[in-house]
Amino acid sequence: MDSKSDLEPVVSAAESGTAPTTAGNDSVHVKLKINGKDYALDIDPRVTLLDALRERLQLTGSKKGCDHGQCGACTVHINGRRVNSCLCFAAMHEGDEITTLEGIGQPENLHPVQAAFVACDAYQCGYCTPGQIMSAVALLKEPCGPDDAEVKEFMSGNICRCGAYPNIVAAIQSVRQNVKPQKAG
Amino acid sequence: MKTFQLTRATDSAQAIATAAKATTAQQGAEIRFIGGGTTLIDLMKLNVEQPQKLVDINRLPLDKIEALPDGGLTIGAVVRNSDLAYHPLVRKNYAVLSEAILSGASAQLRNMATTAGNLLQRTRCMYFRATDMPCNKREPGTGCAAMTGVNRSLAILGTSEHCIATNPSDMNVAMAALEATIHVRGTKGERSIPIADFHVLPGKTPQRETVLEPGDLITHVTLPPPPPGSHSLYLKLRDRASYEFALASAAVVVTVAYGKITRARIALGGVGTKPWRSTEAEGELTDQPATQAVFQKAADAALRGAKPQSQNGFKVELAKRCLVHALKFATQTA
Repeated sequence: MDSKSDLEPVVSAAESGTAPTTAGNDSVHVKLKINGKDYALDIDPRVTLLDALRERLQLTGSKKGCDHGQCGACTVHINGRRVNSCLCFAAMHEGDEITTLEGIGQPENLHPVQAAFVACDAYQCGYCTPGQIMSAVALLKEPCGPDDAEVKEFMSGNICRCGAYPNIVAAIQSVRQNVKPQKAG
Repeated sequence: MKTFQLTRATDSAQAIATAAKATTAQQGAEIRFIGGGTTLIDLMKLNVEQPQKLVDINRLPLDKIEALPDGGLTIGAVVRNSDLAYHPLVRKNYAVLSEAILSGASAQLRNMATTAGNLLQRTRCMYFRATDMPCNKREPGTGCAAMTGVNRSLAILGTSEHCIATNPSDMNVAMAALEATIHVRGTKGERSIPIADFHVLPGKTPQRETVLEPGDLITHVTLPPPPPGSHSLYLKLRDRASYEFALASAAVVVTVAYGKITRARIALGGVGTKPWRSTEAEGELTDQPATQAVFQKAADAALRGAKPQSQNGFKVELAKRCLVHALKFATQTA
């Protein structure tokens, strides 16, 4: 299905409520607002938000793990809510406020969750960490109960193959409880 | 992934007219509506779904949850699963629905997935997801590799010799027990479909999963008012404590008065080819005392027609115990 000859624009934008965004293999022009900054891109409609961030905009904080919404390494915030950017087409997110790890904190000015991850040693290889941090930052505003068990449930969409889970929970709890970060156990 | 044309719907009528040009509303349709994309994009990456056109319906005004004058609830098609699960009226009047949604997927996926998309969620059968394997649902007539293959997680109720794929949704099970109505707008106007009639059994055509026709757009789902004095609960059993599909689950809505069950609505998940409403179990419960023996009779009735495969025989007993426990917990709070 590579030929674009069999693909007609559905309708003309002028005469109906369904505005063509792309036509077949043609690239689509999309404006994305990421970490408060505007970006204009010409991309294939198949490009996921994750690939647009990493491959086109050099925002490599978001990681590609499974690419199927199962591991959480690609977690970003769209309009303040955490989502799997590997399961979003970038072209569908014009006008949305996108926040990536780069928008959360910087090396000289860490977000409290980032500082807690460092203090609690909440990672080993670090590959899942950006996604863990994006989920943890979102969790702070979600209706998550006070106990460790509830934090684990809310963080279950972020997989860590190194098994740093106890310290990830400790880091998140230290921020929520506003206490000095301490490693688990 | 095959390439596609992306359009954004700003008007339901045009979205319907566009999608009506497809030959089917089902699997393999060349024109698809896209909401959260959590199923569709995943399957497009696997080339299981190969739509030529996507109609983005996320900006249609179908994102409201509102109380109905009769005490029921209306839920827009693109309401996100997390918004539905945490809505105060859902938590208060339809606990089973909130619990079912929150037991499924992850926080990220629930922020993306929509009401209508969840209703149309595709099976997790590994043969359906692997294009190099036979699968009657993905490619009619190629056979079912699951029958003689890895079928531990697959269905024991509503199966046919052509397909044993499980409906993976938790939300659908709660919706079945709540007797939700699905509202659809199509080329011939609007119609309402009780959830019991919405999903169809695989039979000889497992590629057909719902009664939807080309162009049909789910606009909203309505729930009847909660029966006075009723209690509801969702119990899900799975291989992990979180972020895993059900091996067996039970949604129960029961009313108990003076120790006697006056009304029961029962649906099972993880075991059926569709969200499995069990009127047989309901019959065993109605006008009976809320006792372990009665719960057991209801569970036996619910699983009477079970047809286990080589690896999923354990599900018969698991589903029974799941239902018995769900009834016990729900009637304890009643």
